[in-house]
Amino acid sequence: MLRRITLYGLLLFAWLFAVSTASALSPESAKAIAVGDNDDRIKALSAALVTPDDNLSNLVEALLADTAKVAGDQVLIVTDGKAVIAATGAEAPLPAVVEDVVNNNRMRQALEGAKAAFGLFSDSVRVRNNAITELRESADESKLPLIDRALAKETDASLKAKLEQLRAAMLIASSDKQKRLDAIVALTASAQPSVKSLLQERMKAGVETDPEVRAALTTAIKTVEDRLAWGERLGVVFTGLSLGSILFLVALGLAITYGLMGVINMAHGELLMIGAYATYLVQNVFRKFMPGAFDYYIIAAIPLSFLAAALVGAILERTVIRWLYGRPLETLLATWGISLMLIQLVRTFFGAQNVPVENPSWLSGGVQVLPNLTLPFNRIAIIFFAFFVLAGVSLLISKTRLGLFVRGVTQNRSMAACMGVNTAKIDTYAFALGAGIAGLAGCALSQVGNVGPDLGQGYIVDSFMVVVLGGVGQLAGTVYAGLGLGVLNKFLEGWTGAVLAKIIVLVFIVVFIQRRPQGIFALKGRSAEA
Amino acid sequence: MPQITRRGALKTLTVALVSASLSSLVAAQSKDPIKVGVLHSLSGTMAISETVLKDVALMAIDEINAKGGVMGRKLEPVVVDPASNWPLFAEKARQLISNDKVAVTFGCWTSVSRKSVLPVFEELNSLLFYPVQYEGEELSKNVFYTGAAPNQQAIPAVEYLMSKDGGSAKRWVLLGTDYVYPRTTNKILRSFLKSKGVAEADIMEEYTPFGHSDYQTIIANIKKFSSEGKKTAVISTINGDSNVPFYKELGNQGLKATDVPVVAFSVGEEELRGVDTKPLVGHLAAWNYFMSLKNPANTEFTKKWADYAKKKGIAGHKDKPLTNDPMEATYIGIYMWKQAVEKAKSTDTDKVIAAMAGQTFKAPGGFTSTMDTKNHHLHKPVFIGEIKADGQFNVVWKTPGPVRANPWSPFIPGNDVKKDVPDGKTKI
Repeated sequence: MLRRITLYGLLLFAWLFAVSTASALSPESAKAIAVGDNDDRIKALSAALVTPDDNLSNLVEALLADTAKVAGDQVLIVTDGKAVIAATGAEAPLPAVVEDVVNNNRMRQALEGAKAAFGLFSDSVRVRNNAITELRESADESKLPLIDRALAKETDASLKAKLEQLRAAMLIASSDKQKRLDAIVALTASAQPSVKSLLQERMKAGVETDPEVRAALTTAIKTVEDRLAWGERLGVVFTGLSLGSILFLVALGLAITYGLMGVINMAHGELLMIGAYATYLVQNVFRKFMPGAFDYYIIAAIPLSFLAAALVGAILERTVIRWLYGRPLETLLATWGISLMLIQLVRTFFGAQNVPVENPSWLSGGVQVLPNLTLPFNRIAIIFFAFFVLAGVSLLISKTRLGLFVRGVTQNRSMAACMGVNTAKIDTYAFALGAGIAGLAGCALSQVGNVGPDLGQGYIVDSFMVVVLGGVGQLAGTVYAGLGLGVLNKFLEGWTGAVLAKIIVLVFIVVFIQRRPQGIFALKGRSAEA
Repeated sequence: MPQITRRGALKTLTVALVSASLSSLVAAQSKDPIKVGVLHSLSGTMAISETVLKDVALMAIDEINAKGGVMGRKLEPVVVDPASNWPLFAEKARQLISNDKVAVTFGCWTSVSRKSVLPVFEELNSLLFYPVQYEGEELSKNVFYTGAAPNQQAIPAVEYLMSKDGGSAKRWVLLGTDYVYPRTTNKILRSFLKSKGVAEADIMEEYTPFGHSDYQTIIANIKKFSSEGKKTAVISTINGDSNVPFYKELGNQGLKATDVPVVAFSVGEEELRGVDTKPLVGHLAAWNYFMSLKNPANTEFTKKWADYAKKKGIAGHKDKPLTNDPMEATYIGIYMWKQAVEKAKSTDTDKVIAAMAGQTFKAPGGFTSTMDTKNHHLHKPVFIGEIKADGQFNVVWKTPGPVRANPWSPFIPGNDVKKDVPDGKTKI
């Protein structure tokens, strides 16, 4: 079987450069590729690859994109209601009844391998690079001649190195000892996670018997492991940073309403939720009226989620909270009641189900930093966003007139009033600001988690935890506490699992607050009301 | 000519009135509606999954009423909201049975809620239809299980992944939410995998709390685990809305189904509603029904649901109607109960239980589902589907026909002596 595949491979590269004008893909083989038992389909695919042509390439693409359909004996490629016969490329009327082609993972892998084989000889460096990456996943000896041929043609140095590694992975089972040793050296240079398992397979008892090669294998595994360990360490730091940025972003609004103003705002979580739902609505508006600009909906959603939450915050402050200043217990109960009402309100309007918020395409996927470390774009964006919001808030509080008034009123209300500050108005502004920041956090959360009526419930405890740990009344404390808890949580999670990590973090906070009730940062100086 | 006296007239009138009201009373008694309980969380964490089961139950009841009801009597649904609060489930169940006098209850999703109501149904000798796949290890006389037992979902899924078409997986990650269903299922799977010669070092087990939303570390661990040996597959028993962040992270970190396939037991069309499924193409789910199944019964079922959702303005479904496996199981359960009542000519619990044995129903899944004559579970077909770019599932494997349920998994020691028929004793 293996030999036969190798033979096909040989024939493949012989033919790939032969100018073939005649259509090689027959309707029968197109059908054999599209329907039937997976073993037979893969066989038909490799058989067709012996005489590759554009029609086959199109069929492979269509099968991967789920646009290939079967009608009777014909395999059609259907796009936008137009049908093309796969075998000839000629247009055909679209029959009333077409059957979908079902590809499972195994079939898809074979198809992707075929697609990569086409891509290996493309003019574009990017297509070639993708093809090599793809082949790395489905590398077996049958592709060796293909790679040799591609290697001979390749001009780009980095791609050449990748091809060499690919070749090495195939040669590691060679019967020639020198070839094996060369392969190990080539593989050592690669930091692919798959290389490790490949080398470890060779180390298993009875696979590799030559002591010299075994020694080379041992050092190679060590080198590769060391390199992989770096990726893992960096991964933990990044995940911690990401969780930390989310924590301090959700707590930042509370740091203002609770930390500065002293309102125990149990409805803070629901303000997050309102921000997230505002994002959802903006997304829907863009999808309906501006589908071309859909990728940029998030930019419009940021100010709108701020405004929506700030407006709700202002209404809350004017109608409920202002009558309860200085009565923490009543505030707690009233805001808790409001949170329940807001949840039910959203549930009535949007339903109990979570609503779908799609990432814009530029926030989907990730950047591969190291072979075993991919950083998702949405998380990177949130880290930047969190620091951006932080910078904005601290500038607002420390540099603007509004910030001055807020600080004045929170430190000494009666004195500020004596100086002619309209404290009632400042209270509303400050609360609306805190609520608006919660809305921004909600907008960010919609990109990583669920958007549903209960969204806020999961964050309210975390928010209070961060604010209390950081020191009430301190923005800087909130930042350090958020980031610290994030990184700590992720380090523990790597060791103990998510459930235990959460418990250990909570125990840590209890102990910490007992030792240092004022939090990481204590409010310095003589506060008039303290 | 007899004189019409006032008294005589009054007498006649009274007699006429009494007899009329009596006859109407007699008629009313046979025409009285039959009360039916619907016990699903409409708020709290499980609302995401259970709300729609309440709606589909109401749809089936509407349908039955439109066709004349059961034995000429209309069905009257009594909907209560146990609010994802497990003790409240028991309270509401007692209220349904004792106060509302319901003949039967359709409800529960999580195993912990079922365990909570079980003593109530047994004590008051009432009937519960439970529509969700679960871990087995239970067999009550008062419950009919219309969801899958482990051998109708979990075991076939793992066998598929071991097969050549499934990718010949050799290493396994068992990932779940931290409660009874995932823990029991993973216990069964672990012992099943060992029986297939999988070494201890090739199994990784991980749990996350309910509502967990940060799956970065878990995905990184899966990546690491899969780089340490041969083909790895992930078996996910994550429940509820944690699935959305899990799949988002999976897509963003670029873990493709062709490298590490993830097969889920609690993820269906509804759970994927909030997820961009394009990066998830090829990941799998095992169920006894998929919305994408093509057969006349399913076409009818999905159309009915779409019409009903539009008519009632059900949030989400009125624009994008979706059906899933527990909805189908609810639907089957209601119709089977109707058939059993008609067979027994009574709504009496014991008579209906006896009449349930061997009931059949042409299910939307495309097969005729049969209620086992002994063990209160349905014979169901098993489907394994791969996620498509549009959030639906491609069926890539199915059993040739319905499979008999095996509530006592042979992979848990001590189960071989347990009887496959309710013995009247609760085993919790």
